[in-house]
Amino acid sequence: MPDASTTTLSLPPSPSFRLDGKRALITGAGRGIGLAAASAISDAGADVTLIARSANEIEALAKAIRSRGGRATALPVDVTDLPAVEWMAAANEPFDILVNSAGVNHPAPFLNVTVEDYDAIMGLNVRSLFFVSQAVARRMRESGRPGSIIQISSQMGHVGAATRSVYCGSKWAIEGMTKAMAIDLAPFGIRVNTLGPTFIETPLSTRFLKEEKFRQAVLSKIKLGRIGRVEDVTGAIVFLASDASALMTGSAIVVDGGWTAD
Amino acid sequence: MLLSDQVAIVTGAASPRGIGKATARRFVSEGAKVVILDLDAKAAAGAAAELGKDNLGLACDVRDPAQCKAAAQKTLDRFGRIDILVNNAGVSQPDKLLEITQENFDLVIDVSLRGSLNMAQAVAPSMQNRKSGAIISIGSVAAQIGGGIFGGPHYSAAKGGIHSLTKSMARELAPFNIRANAIAPGTIDTDIFAGKLDDKKEGIIANIPLGRLGVADDIAKGCLFLASDLSSYMTGVILDINGGRFMH
Repeated sequence: MPDASTTTLSLPPSPSFRLDGKRALITGAGRGIGLAAASAISDAGADVTLIARSANEIEALAKAIRSRGGRATALPVDVTDLPAVEWMAAANEPFDILVNSAGVNHPAPFLNVTVEDYDAIMGLNVRSLFFVSQAVARRMRESGRPGSIIQISSQMGHVGAATRSVYCGSKWAIEGMTKAMAIDLAPFGIRVNTLGPTFIETPLSTRFLKEEKFRQAVLSKIKLGRIGRVEDVTGAIVFLASDASALMTGSAIVVDGGWTAD
Repeated sequence: MLLSDQVAIVTGAASPRGIGKATARRFVSEGAKVVILDLDAKAAAGAAAELGKDNLGLACDVRDPAQCKAAAQKTLDRFGRIDILVNNAGVSQPDKLLEITQENFDLVIDVSLRGSLNMAQAVAPSMQNRKSGAIISIGSVAAQIGGGIFGGPHYSAAKGGIHSLTKSMARELAPFNIRANAIAPGTIDTDIFAGKLDDKKEGIIANIPLGRLGVADDIAKGCLFLASDLSSYMTGVILDINGGRFMH
């Protein structure tokens, strides 16, 4: 037995949540969780490239990040335009971190869902996410750098909910494809995980949440008794982006206040 | 697909962030076979292979008419036809009037303007025989407003020459159903400007109504339009793709 009075216990290394020197690509960065993710990732030290369809919002965000001393580039790309996605990945230095945050929902009872809404939701939430991941991961592999891909999924990737048949389908698809991507990309040191938030106050959700009855129904499911805020989610995003989660891949984190616990 | 089975030559298309490469990528995604010409044979072959195994990459200094003719012939040998030419190869220099040397004037004029002429001369005969073709040349807003952010007077003159060459070719080649158009890009964020824009960026954007710099793919989409049947009744046009930076 070592004598505790004379030897010092060597403490285990603390994990680093810093992202200095990393390059991060964030889709859907103009608003909501994507915007908050970009801000948090930048705050952790990474250069961020902001993707969205409309230039104004991401230019404004890039300016705000730069004025705080961060490095940010706004790149208007419609991620449903796959040749543009391919160009975007090829035309930039490889990224170390990808956050797929672009997403959409058009709630409707299952019996009323139109083909247009189905295609719009599946097209953005599943098809675009898949091929953005592929384009970025190909460049990661070419450059021989490890990477972290974070899919913004939803608690709806783990449960069902009224009027959300397509949305739930899209998010369950993300959960499934992420696990398979994680297996294919693990040999290259590229990790892929999902993050499933509950209802967060964002421009996407505000439309639904301002309806009092719906809000109460949501609150009755969230055990912690409040709607989420973007800063509830960004800690997990930085964690998944950083080496603190180095042994995690194919995993799903829920930030849902306990919605899916029962 | 807009360009099924068509064959396109794009000059100066090996640079990964450039307008030429973005254009080649758009063409391939619409079903075309692409021949990428660049000074560097290895870079051209690599860029072509990256877009799919059916594409071809060739070394070609567009200043030399013999090399242009050889590239056109190799394209015909391989694919049997040339439907589209994109004159994209160019050199940008910010020199002011009194700084321009004879050598730099020659370089800028020879690559952009003479190169466009040389390539048009190389592909026109086969297009005339087939009574079909589209020639797209990359001009510049610099030719319209008295200079660009990184283009000096010689650059503006070369691009202005391309606009004029385009209109003359359009008139002369119209009887053969060959359309000739140009694109006048505004400020596009490519490697030509790499690292030189960061501090000036906000001032530049302030003068662009759409509130952002252009990206190579913005011009590529214009090239796709002018190459495809969507622009079937357009020839001799200088298409502005500048975010509203300059309106006539």
